[in-house]
Amino acid sequence: MTAPVPRSPTPSCRVFLVDDHAVFRSGVRVELGREPDIDVVGEAGGVGEAIAGINSTRPDVVLLDVHMPDGGGVAVLNGIDTGPVCLALSVSDAAEDVIAVIRAGARGYVTKTISGTELADGVRRVAGGDAVFSPRLAGFVLDSFTGRSTVPEPPLDPELDSLTPRELEVLRLLARGYTYREIAEDLVISVKTVETHASNVLRKTQQSNRNALTRWAHRRRID
Amino acid sequence: MPWRAGSGSIEYVPPPASQFLVPEPAHGRMVRRSGGRIVGGVAGGLADHLGIDVLKVRIAFVFLAALAGSGIVAYGLLWIFTSSGTDAERPTAAERRQAYGLAIMGLGLSAALSWILSGTAAQIIMPIIIVAVGAALVWREFDSEGPRSVLGLPQRPTVLTWSRILGGTTLIVVGLGVVILARIDLNSLGSALLAVFVTLIGAGLLTVPLWLRTIRALNAERAARIRNEEREEIASHLHDSVLQTLALIQKQSESPQEVMRLARGQERELRKWLFSGGDTAHSSLAAALRTIAGEVEDQHGVKVTPVTVGDVTMGRLEGGLSREHFTALLGAAREALVNAAKHSGVSDIDLFAEAEADQVSVFVRDRGSGFDVDAVSPDRQGLSRSIRGRVERRGGEVEVRSTVGKGTEIRIRMPRTAADLEWGSTPHPTPEEQPR
Repeated sequence: MTAPVPRSPTPSCRVFLVDDHAVFRSGVRVELGREPDIDVVGEAGGVGEAIAGINSTRPDVVLLDVHMPDGGGVAVLNGIDTGPVCLALSVSDAAEDVIAVIRAGARGYVTKTISGTELADGVRRVAGGDAVFSPRLAGFVLDSFTGRSTVPEPPLDPELDSLTPRELEVLRLLARGYTYREIAEDLVISVKTVETHASNVLRKTQQSNRNALTRWAHRRRID
Repeated sequence: MPWRAGSGSIEYVPPPASQFLVPEPAHGRMVRRSGGRIVGGVAGGLADHLGIDVLKVRIAFVFLAALAGSGIVAYGLLWIFTSSGTDAERPTAAERRQAYGLAIMGLGLSAALSWILSGTAAQIIMPIIIVAVGAALVWREFDSEGPRSVLGLPQRPTVLTWSRILGGTTLIVVGLGVVILARIDLNSLGSALLAVFVTLIGAGLLTVPLWLRTIRALNAERAARIRNEEREEIASHLHDSVLQTLALIQKQSESPQEVMRLARGQERELRKWLFSGGDTAHSSLAAALRTIAGEVEDQHGVKVTPVTVGDVTMGRLEGGLSREHFTALLGAAREALVNAAKHSGVSDIDLFAEAEADQVSVFVRDRGSGFDVDAVSPDRQGLSRSIRGRVERRGGEVEVRSTVGKGTEIRIRMPRTAADLEWGSTPHPTPEEQPR
């Protein structure tokens, strides 16, 4: 691949695929290949290979499998240079795995059953700096922020450890399967505002000290 | 002298024991008779090992028993330190009678001789014999062949097993009770206990490597067995589910609809198995909704994405939702899913449920054709009757939002507090709301 390129006049989104299943990688490559503005610049089947590949190709977006040998998506996120944004892609249903990659820095999470066009939308959105909440991720985050924790909470930072009523509203609609546009219509706000709320929720998910969140992330780090 | 006899007997043990326990290599290890045993199979095993008549061995034990009980001690030690054999031949009735007779004679002789030797010794030896007989009865049960329960007892204990254990325990308790109640001379009791204690410590120290090895071997064996069982369970599960489905998919490969349905069903099943650690109680709202979503997927060939936040159980437990409310909510959710699957014209349905402190909400949403809510056609009776009807009867509310061309969302809310208020007034669920 070419060395770090200055942005070309027609900005296309450069994507790197990380998944330990070759069949799945080739499937995603074909699906994203149909999108004119998305360019798959590399792929890797293991953690070490992925870190080396990403650091040398410097893609815009990394599509990252959560479950892989040798530490999974979390290890890749911890190993790569800052720059590319990551979108987690998994078949996993387990809340702790999903929350752990989000807290390690992924900008969103979608399930592997997602359609090609939806995946492309997700890629564009994280490339543009937005958060991508699949209904499932929204559900997990909502659960971890609204659930009554069984362990005493650490002193809560009101800014980070709770969601505003508006953010909760947006999150609930995301969990119900609404798109950002539909949420904007429903709440009579602009799409830009919805995106801001979603990004705030993502930031709080990544930085909050809430027990439910730290427990999940911690459990994941132990293995 | 009194207890000298006892301690002397302990000193006396080693010759026969060591003589028998160091076998000639050609004979291999000594094992006790298993099928052909009368008491512990020790005499029989020894006879097999030495190649002599079992009767001679038994008589030798009786003689040794008469020598202040050393035969009994030797028998007990051999029982403990040799493993059980694999023979199955049962002893004849005559041999059995003879052996029991000899055993009683041995016990009697040892008791009688010590009695003659000293009155005080008898006070100690009698209870010891009683305790020994009781222990032998109990050991015999724990030592038998065949599958075991957790406690080490045979898996299907018979009345005889229980009566032996009960009898043995009673003898032990009585024996110990006699020692305490007889209020024998505390000094002699002290020295006796000390002798026993010292002997036990000695035996324990000498056999430490043996115990350690046994424990290690047991642990290793158990770990291997657990691993093996786990692997077999996974293999059999994958065979029954995934492999079968893959075979079906290969046969159905010309029908994409059917392949999709099979794959979804299998995915759901495998997920449930992997992530929920077996079956979840059916009375949890999240689990019940997942089940319903799966059923609708199977029956109508659509894809339902269930997302649940929080959970609520059915029942009158703290925070639970009453049975009537629970079934009404589930019934309505199912009806809404079926409705979306049948009429929306799309194959993706979102299902979201959230259990909050004061209410439980369920949302069913599709991005299909939609309809005019104000002009519901008669064929949409299902919607108003079975969804609205059953929820509103329980104090909940239903809201239908639909736009032609953009899709439909059915919002169901069920209050949690009303569960207690209305409990008395709605004792029976109507037939349509019986749990499925």
